[in-house]
Amino acid sequence: MQDPVSHSDSNVGRVEVKETTCYMCACRCGIRVHLRDGEVRYIDGNPNHPLNKGVICAKGSSGIMKQYSPGRLTKPLRRKAGAERGESAFEVISWDEAFQMLEERLSKLRAEDPKKFALFTGRDQMQALTGMFAKQFGTPNYAAHGGFCSVNMAAGLIYTIGGSFWEFGGPDLERAKLFVMIGTAEDHHSNPLKIAISEFKRRGGRFISINPIRTGYSAIADEWVPIKPGTDGALILAITHEILKLGLFDREFLVQYTNAAELVVDDPSRPDHGLFYRAEMHVEEGCFDPQNKLWWDRDIDGPISTHTPGADPRLMGSYTLEDGTPVKPSFQLLKERLEQYTPEWAAPITGIPAETIRRLAHEMGVMARDQKIELPIKWTDCWDNEHESVTGNPVAFHAMRGLAAHSNGFQSIRALGILMTVLGTIDRPGGFRHKAPYPRPIPPCPKPPHGPEAVQPNTPLDGLPLGWPAKPEDLFVDAEGEAVRIDKAFSWEYPLSVHGLMHNVITNAWRGDPYPIDTLLLFMANMAWNSSMNTGEVRKMLVDKNPDGEYKIPFLVVCDTFASETVAFADLVLPDTSYLERHDALSMLDRPISEFDGPVDAVRIPVLPPKGECKPFQDVLIELGSRLKLPAFTKEDGTRKYRDYPDFIVNYETSPGSGIGFLAGWRGKSGDQVLKGEPNPRQWEMYAKNGSFFHHELPRNYQYMRNWNKGYLHWARAHGMVRYAEPITLHLYSEILQRFRLAAQGKRPGRQPPDRLRKRVETYFDPLPFYFDPLEDQMVDTRRYPLNALTQRPMAMYHSWDSQNAWLRQIHSHNYLFLSPSVGIENGFKDGDWVWVESTHGKVRCMCRFSEAVEPGTVWTWNAIGKASGAWGLSADADESRKGFLLNHLIAEELPAHDAGEHLSNADPVTGQAAWFDVRVRVYKADDKEPKMTSPQFKAMPRLPGQEKKRGKWQAYVAGVIGKK
Amino acid sequence: MHPAFSVIFLTTLIGAGQGLYLAMVTGQLYAIAQFVEAQKDQFYAIGSLVALVFLIAGLVASFFHLGRPERAWRAASKWRTSWLSREVIILPIVMALVFAYAAAHWMGWTNPLFQLGASLQVDVTLLLGIVGTLASLALFVCTAMIYAGVKFLQEWHTPLTVTNFIFFGAASGFMLAAAYSAYIGNPLVTFFGTWAVILTFVGIGSRLMHLRRNGRIKRKSTVQTAIGVRHNALVQRSQGAMGGSFNTREFFHGQSDRVVDMVRYAFLILVFPLPVLLIGAAHVTESPNLPILAFLVQFVGLMAERWSFFAEAKHPQNLYYQSVA
Amino acid sequence: MTQLALVIDLNVCVGCHACVTSCKEWNTSGWAGPMVDQNPYDASPTGTFFNRVQTFEVGTFPNTETVHFPKSCLHCEEPPCVPVCPTGASYKRPDNGVVLVDYDKCIGCKYCSWACPYGAREVDEEQKVMKKCTLCIDRITDPKLSERDRKPSCVLACPSSARLFGDVHDPDSEVSIAIRERGGYQLMPEWGTKPANHYLPRQKTQMHIDQDELTRVDNPLRKEDLTTYTGEETLDDVAW
Repeated sequence: MQDPVSHSDSNVGRVEVKETTCYMCACRCGIRVHLRDGEVRYIDGNPNHPLNKGVICAKGSSGIMKQYSPGRLTKPLRRKAGAERGESAFEVISWDEAFQMLEERLSKLRAEDPKKFALFTGRDQMQALTGMFAKQFGTPNYAAHGGFCSVNMAAGLIYTIGGSFWEFGGPDLERAKLFVMIGTAEDHHSNPLKIAISEFKRRGGRFISINPIRTGYSAIADEWVPIKPGTDGALILAITHEILKLGLFDREFLVQYTNAAELVVDDPSRPDHGLFYRAEMHVEEGCFDPQNKLWWDRDIDGPISTHTPGADPRLMGSYTLEDGTPVKPSFQLLKERLEQYTPEWAAPITGIPAETIRRLAHEMGVMARDQKIELPIKWTDCWDNEHESVTGNPVAFHAMRGLAAHSNGFQSIRALGILMTVLGTIDRPGGFRHKAPYPRPIPPCPKPPHGPEAVQPNTPLDGLPLGWPAKPEDLFVDAEGEAVRIDKAFSWEYPLSVHGLMHNVITNAWRGDPYPIDTLLLFMANMAWNSSMNTGEVRKMLVDKNPDGEYKIPFLVVCDTFASETVAFADLVLPDTSYLERHDALSMLDRPISEFDGPVDAVRIPVLPPKGECKPFQDVLIELGSRLKLPAFTKEDGTRKYRDYPDFIVNYETSPGSGIGFLAGWRGKSGDQVLKGEPNPRQWEMYAKNGSFFHHELPRNYQYMRNWNKGYLHWARAHGMVRYAEPITLHLYSEILQRFRLAAQGKRPGRQPPDRLRKRVETYFDPLPFYFDPLEDQMVDTRRYPLNALTQRPMAMYHSWDSQNAWLRQIHSHNYLFLSPSVGIENGFKDGDWVWVESTHGKVRCMCRFSEAVEPGTVWTWNAIGKASGAWGLSADADESRKGFLLNHLIAEELPAHDAGEHLSNADPVTGQAAWFDVRVRVYKADDKEPKMTSPQFKAMPRLPGQEKKRGKWQAYVAGVIGKK
Repeated sequence: MHPAFSVIFLTTLIGAGQGLYLAMVTGQLYAIAQFVEAQKDQFYAIGSLVALVFLIAGLVASFFHLGRPERAWRAASKWRTSWLSREVIILPIVMALVFAYAAAHWMGWTNPLFQLGASLQVDVTLLLGIVGTLASLALFVCTAMIYAGVKFLQEWHTPLTVTNFIFFGAASGFMLAAAYSAYIGNPLVTFFGTWAVILTFVGIGSRLMHLRRNGRIKRKSTVQTAIGVRHNALVQRSQGAMGGSFNTREFFHGQSDRVVDMVRYAFLILVFPLPVLLIGAAHVTESPNLPILAFLVQFVGLMAERWSFFAEAKHPQNLYYQSVA
Repeated sequence: MTQLALVIDLNVCVGCHACVTSCKEWNTSGWAGPMVDQNPYDASPTGTFFNRVQTFEVGTFPNTETVHFPKSCLHCEEPPCVPVCPTGASYKRPDNGVVLVDYDKCIGCKYCSWACPYGAREVDEEQKVMKKCTLCIDRITDPKLSERDRKPSCVLACPSSARLFGDVHDPDSEVSIAIRERGGYQLMPEWGTKPANHYLPRQKTQMHIDQDELTRVDNPLRKEDLTTYTGEETLDDVAW
């Protein structure tokens, strides 16, 4: 054997290195793809990339096995004439035929009723394009996966601090000394968070994890605080209570940068009760907080305009204005609200001892007060005060789906935003920091359409399919106050559903409520499996027919790279490329990968030709848009405007001459402008030369306090990131929510909710954070179903994406239900036994594993390891289907019928966030005579035309060559 | 450890072969000393050839253990450090000596070469017999030391492994010699049978001591030393691979405790009381078949013993492979 | 003599398996490859891996620690797998202490795996030879790679920098300093194998709070002394 020391890869074959962006999860790290003789030999992290700095995760390192997976689709497929949907009986067709089918069908729909076409996408990273396509088509029925992912986290914080976690902002662990992570598993922003946490720990920072389960990041926490699922709000409110009670809050920060000291009308008999008292002065309409509010000044003991130089407002107390209006500073209202939320109150709810809650509050408060950070950076605030330094309090938080995926998640997350605010940690060193384009106004300016008239034949939608309502008039409802969208987003049922409710689309369309649709185009969304709640029933809905023999959802188009469970139900299958075979823009218009220090966006550039006849979905959309002659894709003379996606990315501007396009880097004819500038024909080249990303580092004095940083806000306006350079005051008190509540109470002129929803809106649109039991807890017998069931995403598997991956599936080929040994002892089963997990809604059989690292009232499993038999290129008896299971079968997509409606989504009543984690279950031993196999099982999905033949028993991969035996 | 059938066959077959050879040489020595009736050369020759067949069968079995049998010759190179290498060298030597012993008898090379003392006429067969006996004992030691030499396998790392191998091998060989004698109707059945019973008795004694010792083993390695975390409550949750690995296939027998216990009881019965009863009954009834049955029963028992020998051994690497999740 | 080794920091390992698959992808197409998979898309998928991440639970609820534990060949200074090899296929490099297998000499007898208490060796079920971690010998000695890249793939991949790589015989190396200062230890020291790889234990950062820090001089509640006189009766009105 050759001496390894004399072995060099570059002597074995022709070596090339191409830099692009990973897509093994949504993290979007920079990667180097090493090719040997044109085949992928190695993928590693790009050391120059700001996001991952050269590291890569288990998934990223297994990209090769995604590229060469036998689960890949390679040809457009049409359901065979006469074959039933769901049987995977397909015939190969050409792309031309596929486009013709789509063109005919869609142009007819567009001419008759555009909303009969619905486009819903998974974690696709191209919402700027898909959303624009929907708008151009004229349908409001568009959303991505945010509604069932973590919209509560986005909405709860954006409606409070003008930014949120992950793409929008995050914990500044470089300067923090205490890091509190709540409800975060191994998901979201994984590599950057791993890098940051490990450096933070090496510096001696203290890391506390609050989570029902101790895995992943929580494993290396200095302290694990196990909490009962869905009770995070109670914990956060109790901590805030203690901080307020002891005076551990940052008074100066609250006064200057939040609405804490602003006076709220406090007279329940008045129609403006709970709104800020506004001084009479002319304010131009715009989506920002007008500065016409009042403080109560300590020295003059009377009202004074906010931010009057020299004023020192009261945060507490109750006052009467000259005109007799009783008012209170909003901080006083918060304090009154929090009085009930003592640690003793929270202890039995959360399962955390009161002493621990109190200590957590003390640690946060004392660390924030006594370890202040001061950076010698001069900056100017929006009120023209010059500051000699940037200061901060070194307490940082990170939270994600553990808070979000509950029906009380919005209010819990608002409570977290408020806790972070009272500690004075927003966009300051050591605390939470924004990422461009955030901070944005509270809420951001884009609005959904306002009524059914926004949908017109052969006309683009009037408004954006998704937006940020600030008042009832921004809702997308008809004259009766009922939904216009198929998912009922922006209706009174879920007024702030800013990411839509993809989880209810199939059920609603099947039921024809609010109306039937004709064509549903799903991109990369596994709605027949792990992306749906109530999976078993959803699969039946997809094949259900009207009495006339027509499917209830007449035409289903699925675009995916792999033979997922959903592909089986398609009438038309469009084979997408892998991430190594296509162009992509991870755009500032969508959710870019910005850093704290400035905007970053990125691209993918193909390193391999598409496999078979795979075509990138973006190109499909450009082609369709051109064929349908949608205005944005068509020249004035009616001819096609863009050759393909790369051409579109370079030349498209949001409006002619706006200078804003999908990519922010190297704009302008010669590529010398950032964020805004003319199209640059050599933009792709310039990205390629720079490792496929663009990073614009802001001057140091624009990097902090951006909500109120005059220099930054003007820079952002000049570069097209915000419309107004107005301060973004933090919403300790949410007047926006109060507007909806007043409407529900009938006190507000203008739009009002249908009567059945009045109480619901009034209850949950509370301008101050409050705790309520998750809706499922309120509606089911929690003694019969005593346990909470959760899923987490393991670090080596991205939801359903990786079972087709020969390396990753060896790490997680199936899943167990993890539970405390005490649950087993109570219910008479042992570690490793087969058990039934039952909710009010359904039951699954699986194997259990005892664990001491889980709160005893919680059971959990890894998400979406279980697969339907035969899907994803796996054999029919693969572990994934025989020993793996999906928890989704237990989770209803709708709440039981009750006063507020018969078919309300099992979701947060404010945002429509799918309440996955509310599900209550009981667990009992399966009979020994039952088959040792998970239940339910589904008929095996056959191999599809164009899919590779079975690989065989052995696979020996060497740089593109798959050795077999 | 996972009982590897190739190794079970290898060790039991060459054990019986060596034992049979030792029985032939013993027979010859006793004949020289006139304790037993002298046999024709053919008897020793055929007996040794049968022993050679066993040795060859064992060698063939061993090849099934190798991933790359075509390179087996390479295994002779590290005799300085590796018992396996030593076994690989000495096994052919023993085979050659057994063959030579058989050939010498067959060819009738019994003219004395020299005389020792008053009456001991030393001929080629005797010389070969003595050298072969020493080589065969060395082979027993090498084979046993392959197992006894692995210090991590505390169940194996004892001189009792060596004595077990020697006595069980010899016992089964003498039993085979008795069966051979019975088959050809030769009067040495009782002689070989008696020796077989004695050797079996010693062997089972050694093995029972071995079992007793293994029942009381204090494990050097624990999960705590395996990962270096000192805490009484320490369990593995996941071993990092769910579909199995070399580590789970090679080092675990995969059988329930019940099966392991049953095999142990089976071998204890099959190796000792049953063959002894059979050979005793053969003595009483002068049956020519019972000694053959006794050998077969004991040989099956020894295979069970070897299976059990593997199944008993708990490799410290197993501490890293306790739970799938 | 140089002894290259990994030092694994259990204090920051989050158990992400990046080292597991980055190892596989480098080595399957490298000097030590291929690393064969069996049943790659069927029941019980299994294959050759040089490195695994395992999970242990320490203690009982609620005082539970979850320990993620990466394990690969420890490149022992007294490697028990080497002397038992009958062919000399297993060897320890004199120049850098890496323990390797020469596939051309290996007969696949698996004896080395029996002689390894750590379970660090695997048989390639297709090639029928023993394989193991090479510390990416074909990376760390390849002068055509940049200096930054001349490290084992797992080390470069690890997102939490939980894997340090260097010469444990050089007292000034990063790994030696980490072992010295952070209490680095060896696995199963009872066998005298002297593993070159070391592990760094968990450490805990605590916070202690004094009562003084809670009753503060800068307490902002003092600014909210809300007892202003609004004309109600007090002792000043009725007593002397």
